[in-house]
Amino acid sequence: MINNNIGLKLTFGVVLTILVAIGIFAFFNIQSEKQSLLTEVERHANQLSEAVKSDTEYDMLHNDRERIHESIHRIGNQESIDRVRVFNKSGEIIYSSDTAEIGTMVDQNAESCHRCHSAGEPLGRLDQQERTRIFRPNAESPRLLGIINPIYNSPTCWTAACHAHPDTQTVLGVLDVTIPLTDVDRNIRRSQFAMVILAISAILILSAIVGFMVRWWIDRPIRELLTGIKHVAGGNLGYRVKVKSEDELGMLANSFNNMTDSLAEARLQLFQSDKLASLGRLAAGVAHEINNPLTAVLTNSSYLLKRSQAQPETREDLQVIVSETIRCREIVKSLLDFARQTVPKKRKADINEIISRAAKVIENQLSNRQVDLEMDLDTTLPKVTVDANQIQQVFINLMVNASDAIGENRGSIKITSKAINLSPDGVLQIKRALCRKRHDLVDRKIQIDGKPAISMRYRRKKKTGLIHLNPMYGSTEHKLNGMPDIDAEFELMCPDCSASLIADEEVCPKCESPIYAFEVPLKGLVNGCLKEGCGWHRWEQVDSAWNDEYVEVRVTDDGCGIPEEQLPKLFEPFATTKGQKGTGLGLAVTWGIIDNHNGTISVESEVGAGTTFIIRIPVGQ
Amino acid sequence: MRQLKDILVIDDEPMVTRVVVKVCSSEGMTIMPAHHAQEALQFLDRNEFRLILCDIMMPELSGFQFLEELSGRGIHTPVVMMTGYSTVENAVKSLTTTGCMDYIPKPFTADELVTVIQRCLRCSLLLNESESAGLPRSGALSHVPCPTNYYRLGYVSWALMESNGTAKIGVSDLFLKASEGAREFELSMPGEDLLQGIPCADMTSPDGSVHSIMCPLSGRILEVNEQAQTSPSLVEKDPYFRGWLYRILPSNPASDLQWLSL
Repeated sequence: MINNNIGLKLTFGVVLTILVAIGIFAFFNIQSEKQSLLTEVERHANQLSEAVKSDTEYDMLHNDRERIHESIHRIGNQESIDRVRVFNKSGEIIYSSDTAEIGTMVDQNAESCHRCHSAGEPLGRLDQQERTRIFRPNAESPRLLGIINPIYNSPTCWTAACHAHPDTQTVLGVLDVTIPLTDVDRNIRRSQFAMVILAISAILILSAIVGFMVRWWIDRPIRELLTGIKHVAGGNLGYRVKVKSEDELGMLANSFNNMTDSLAEARLQLFQSDKLASLGRLAAGVAHEINNPLTAVLTNSSYLLKRSQAQPETREDLQVIVSETIRCREIVKSLLDFARQTVPKKRKADINEIISRAAKVIENQLSNRQVDLEMDLDTTLPKVTVDANQIQQVFINLMVNASDAIGENRGSIKITSKAINLSPDGVLQIKRALCRKRHDLVDRKIQIDGKPAISMRYRRKKKTGLIHLNPMYGSTEHKLNGMPDIDAEFELMCPDCSASLIADEEVCPKCESPIYAFEVPLKGLVNGCLKEGCGWHRWEQVDSAWNDEYVEVRVTDDGCGIPEEQLPKLFEPFATTKGQKGTGLGLAVTWGIIDNHNGTISVESEVGAGTTFIIRIPVGQ
Repeated sequence: MRQLKDILVIDDEPMVTRVVVKVCSSEGMTIMPAHHAQEALQFLDRNEFRLILCDIMMPELSGFQFLEELSGRGIHTPVVMMTGYSTVENAVKSLTTTGCMDYIPKPFTADELVTVIQRCLRCSLLLNESESAGLPRSGALSHVPCPTNYYRLGYVSWALMESNGTAKIGVSDLFLKASEGAREFELSMPGEDLLQGIPCADMTSPDGSVHSIMCPLSGRILEVNEQAQTSPSLVEKDPYFRGWLYRILPSNPASDLQWLSL
């Protein structure tokens, strides 16, 4: 399981390190404490031994055995002392706090003799360390610390009145003091226990903290990312990873979100073009089948038209048959062109003329259904370069749709045309705006005219607050919420990460104030000036590609309208709103034609009130 | 005795053959309909034709297989392909295959059909004349020499590759001659894309018939010869030099050129 979780791995690694570090620390701590306690006891035993020696020295010189006995017995029977004894050079115990052993011999291998005699030859002098020994007489008894204190010969000894020792002797005997280590051992055990408890609790607490931090900072965001990736892999491109942090994982999550957004956009386009491509293949297959019957109609009608010189009424009807069949031919051809992705056959043409021609074609159909057709055409319209047949098809499509929307009731269709000057200003909606650290500034919670606004944080001296820019490019209708004047101290930043949104090394060419800058993914930088009354803005990629002279045609009906939820899918193939009546191809083809002319088509609709289709075709081509 | 007739029309759709027969007859041409290639071959055994109109997509023998059959039998009657499936490949193949002269996409008007038939008949006549004058029966005519480094798409149009990567395209003298001259040209705009084998300009003859000029090379129009538009007689007089129609940036010259003949 640990192999499957990076958080657990990290926690395990850190805990292991803490364990080793605290373990080593505790071990050396216990060792040094033990050592210092023992040293203290040793020092104490040595002092005691010296005290006994000096206490009995006078009595020894006077060979007052009773007093020596009495002293040794008294001292040796103290609670903190195990026993005190003196034995002579040959190992015979002369005095002892344990009277039973007086007169017995000490084994040369016994603990107290071992130090001097272990080398075989008895040693003359020993330092304190060598005189001390720790031993356990039997398995059940507590540890004991013994210290031997040799009684050296001195002039006062051999000149003493008793004459017990000749001057040739170096060591007269040994004072052996033994004290129990019960207390010391208890202290050592207690401190060992305390240290182990301390180490265990330190390890547990640190592990818990590390575990929590790893979980909070690494595990959780990674899990969230993983969920996101699974969602995206499963096709849910609308999923957004919710990681708020500013660190690498936060940036990763932001980049991931940006990536899925781009992916979603690309998929939508791919979907659309894929559907259109299959439509093209279908058309290519159908074209061949349709062209044979069309040949019969077209050749026959054109032949008849040539021959029927005398009857003007018949001629007119035949003319309609011929021209409409030719239009059919062009439609089939354009579908074939569509299948092989070619461009329309464009010539300079008058849009009004095309509208009138289109109107003529469905005039009868409209009057039969009691639909009035009203036209308000701008006669000063510039000529546009279009494929007249394709554009005529677009208008016929839209008018047929309009009359279908009106249905059985009386209604009217209005077509208006006019020349307009379009700049990208107020037309293009900025849907995503990224700061330097790639946070999206578009805030779906704040809307201006129903569209998510671009949020920025300002700061000047101590004043700070949020402003919301209108997402329609070029619009100056922002929500500035009492923003202070823009000067050198003015700062503008990302509300998420506080990265500056003021452009480097560039000021407004109009008023020389600092300008803001953000990036629209794949579409370059957007700059603008927020100074009151200035309104300067720039979006290089869009400004340069934008063509500002357009012919706009609006086809408005007062029919049933289109529900809002159907609007986004309107131009997709097979997305009919007419149920069994429509094929769902009309608007997709329309969209394709207008798109091929670098134009735009949009729709405004209100259920019950009617629908307006707006077509804009660039003039300067 | 083999009878000489003007037209043999072959199409598996009786509706099409019927209307073609009707139109041609009314123009005073003699015509026989056949509903499949085998029937046509039987007719060819007994008769001689000046022109064959043939559908490309037919059951059993297709239009191009029928062409092979003709050349196997040593029949050199020029063929005009008709097709309801006018792909670039079909168009280019129709214009460049030996024995095949032109193609007409379905559906067509009576005028379009007559225009193509008459143009091809005249063209065939012109070629026969030049053959009898001892010149090879291929491509261009003798009176306006076609320069040797010009690529030709059948008898219709030419392309000249220029050293800077662009190409000039124009209409051939034989096409002009067969159409009996040019009164007016309707040309596309600079920036538009042209496809090889697909009409790139319409030429109106003095008699009012409109001839589509098939494009020899695919590419984007860089420049349109204004002079060709203002004085069409210039194209007629000097089709290979001052009478060019477009300067284009070829989009796929390597594969396009293999269809063209030098």
